[in-house]
Amino acid sequence: MRLINIKPGRASASLLMLLPFAAVLIAYAIGSEIRLSENPSDKLLPAPGTIWDTAVRLTTEADRRSGRILFWHDTWASLKRLGLGIGISAFTALVIGLLIGLLPLMRSFLSQFVAVLSMIPPLALLPILFIVFGLGELSKVVLIVVGTLPFLIRDLSQRTLEIPQELLVKAQTLGASSWVIAIRVALPQVLPRLIQGVRLSLGPAWLFLIAAEAIASDLGLGYRIFLVRRYLAMDVILTYVIWITFLAFVIDWALRWISRRTFPWMETGL
Amino acid sequence: MSFVTIENVFQTYDDRPILERVNVEVDEGQFMSVVGASGCGKSTFLRLLLAQEQPTRGQVRVADAPPAMEPGLDRGIVFQKYSVFPHLTVRENIIAGESFRHRWGRLFGAERRDALTRADETLVRIGLDHVADAYPATLSGGMQQRLAIGQALVAKPRILLLDEPFGALDPGTRLNMHDFLQNLRAETGMTVFMVTHDLEEAFKLGDRVLVFDKPRWDPNDPTLYGATITYDFDARDGGIPFQTLKEETHVLHSA
Ligand SMILES: Nc1ncnc2c1ncn2[C@@H]1O[C@H](COP(=O)(O)OP(=O)(O)O)[C@@H](O)[C@H]1O
Ligand SMILES: [Mg+2]
Repeated sequence: MRLINIKPGRASASLLMLLPFAAVLIAYAIGSEIRLSENPSDKLLPAPGTIWDTAVRLTTEADRRSGRILFWHDTWASLKRLGLGIGISAFTALVIGLLIGLLPLMRSFLSQFVAVLSMIPPLALLPILFIVFGLGELSKVVLIVVGTLPFLIRDLSQRTLEIPQELLVKAQTLGASSWVIAIRVALPQVLPRLIQGVRLSLGPAWLFLIAAEAIASDLGLGYRIFLVRRYLAMDVILTYVIWITFLAFVIDWALRWISRRTFPWMETGL
Repeated sequence: MSFVTIENVFQTYDDRPILERVNVEVDEGQFMSVVGASGCGKSTFLRLLLAQEQPTRGQVRVADAPPAMEPGLDRGIVFQKYSVFPHLTVRENIIAGESFRHRWGRLFGAERRDALTRADETLVRIGLDHVADAYPATLSGGMQQRLAIGQALVAKPRILLLDEPFGALDPGTRLNMHDFLQNLRAETGMTVFMVTHDLEEAFKLGDRVLVFDKPRWDPNDPTLYGATITYDFDARDGGIPFQTLKEETHVLHSA
C-alpha cells in the first residue's frame, strides 16, 4: 500500500500526536541527568523536579520585598499590553481594511502607502517609540500595534476584495447604501478573517511584547525572563517560557472556538 | 412607448469589442430570453441593463428616465451563484430585500415584526418555510436559487435580470423552477431578462428570444468583432408565426 494512503486510526493518531512531546521531555530529562551527575550545581539544565518546585514557588509565594506574587502580576501586565495592542490593531485594521477593500478611492489613496509601511522593520522603530512615548506602557502597546497593523490591514483589505462582486451588486439592487453594504455584507464576511489574521499576528505580537519588556520595563513576562537571565536562573526562565507558550496556545484555541461559535455559516472550520 | 430602450449600444474591454450596435425595445411585462454562445457577451449585456457598467457608446434607458449610473432598487438580479448572502439565514435573506434600503440595513420594532410576517408568507410561497432558520450553504442548488429569486422579488424591482439562473440545476429541479418562475411572473407582471444556455427553456419561458452572435467574423482574429442581436424571435405561441431576421449573419451561410 502507498504511504499516502495509510491513515492512522484514532488511538494511533493520539499516540503519534503525543510522541514528539514525550520525546522532547525524555531528551531533556536525560540531558539534565547527565549534566547534573557530572556537576550537581550545574544551572544550565535544571532537573524537571527542580523546575516543578520553582513553578510552584513562583505561582504561590509572595515576593519578600513587595509582598506580591510577581508571577501573576507579570502575567497580568503582559496580557494587558498584548490585549490592548492586538485589540487596537485589529479594530484599526478592520476599519481601514474595509475602506480599502470597498472604496476604489481609498484603494488608490492608501494601499501603496500601507504596502510601503509594512516593509519597515518594527523593532528598528523601538528606540523612536521609547523617545516619543517614554518608557511606560504606551510605547510597548504602540510597538505591538505598529508591528501587527500593516499585515492585518493588507490581509483584511485583500479579504474584502475577495468578497464575490455578485454579493455587492446584489446588495445594491436591494437599495443598500455603501454604508449598509459595509456593515451588513462586508463586515460579517471579513470578521472571521479578522480572527484568522489575529491568530497569525499573535506570534509577532508576543515577539514585540517581549522585546519591548526586555529593554524597558519593571513588570511583565519578558522583563522577568531577561532579569533572571543575569543569575542564570534557568528554572525560572523555563517556567516562564512554558507559561508563555501555554498562554499563546490557549489564546489561539480560544479564538478558534469563538470563530466557530460566532460564524456557524462558515462551512469550513478555520 | 417601449419600457426598456437599448439604443445603439457598444461595449469594449481594453480595445476588444464585445458588443456592437445592440438595439432593442422591450415593452413592460415582457419576458425576454437571451441566448448565445459562451463568452459572446450575454452577461455583459445584463450588466449594462443593470447599470453595473456603462456602455462605451449608446444608451440603456428604462421608462424614459435618464440612463442609470449604478445598480438600484428598480432592477433585481439573480446570478448563477453567489446570489444570496451566505452569512444570513434564509429568513434574514428575505428580510434583507426590505431592510437593506434603510439606514442601518435593519428594521426595528413594529416594522421588523411586519417584515417578519411578510417574510414568512414569502417563504411559504417559495416553499422554503421549513428551512427558514438554515444558512444557504446547507440548501440544495434549487432551493438557493428559489431563495435568490424570492429575495430579489421582495425588493419589488420593475425589471428582473436572471443570468443562467438554472444552469447548475438538474433537469427535474429545473422544470419545477420553470413553474415557480411562471407563477411569480403571472402574479407580478414584471419585465424579465433571462440568459440561458437551454434553447428549450428560452422558448418555453420567453415572450421573445434574443440571439447574440457575431454578424462579422474574421477567421484570422475571432475577437476582432463584437456580438450583436442577430435574431429576435417572437416566442409566444410556441414561437411559430412572427420571426424577424434582424441582421445578415454568417450563421445561415455554410462556411
Ligand atoms: N470586466 C471585464 N474586463 C475584460 N473583459 C471582460 C470583462 N467581463 C467580461 N469580459 C470578456 O467579455 C467577453 C464576454 O463575457 P460575458 O459577457 O461574460 O459572456 P457570456 O455571459 O455570454 O458567456 C468574454 O470574452 C470575457 O472574457
Ligand atoms: Mg455569462
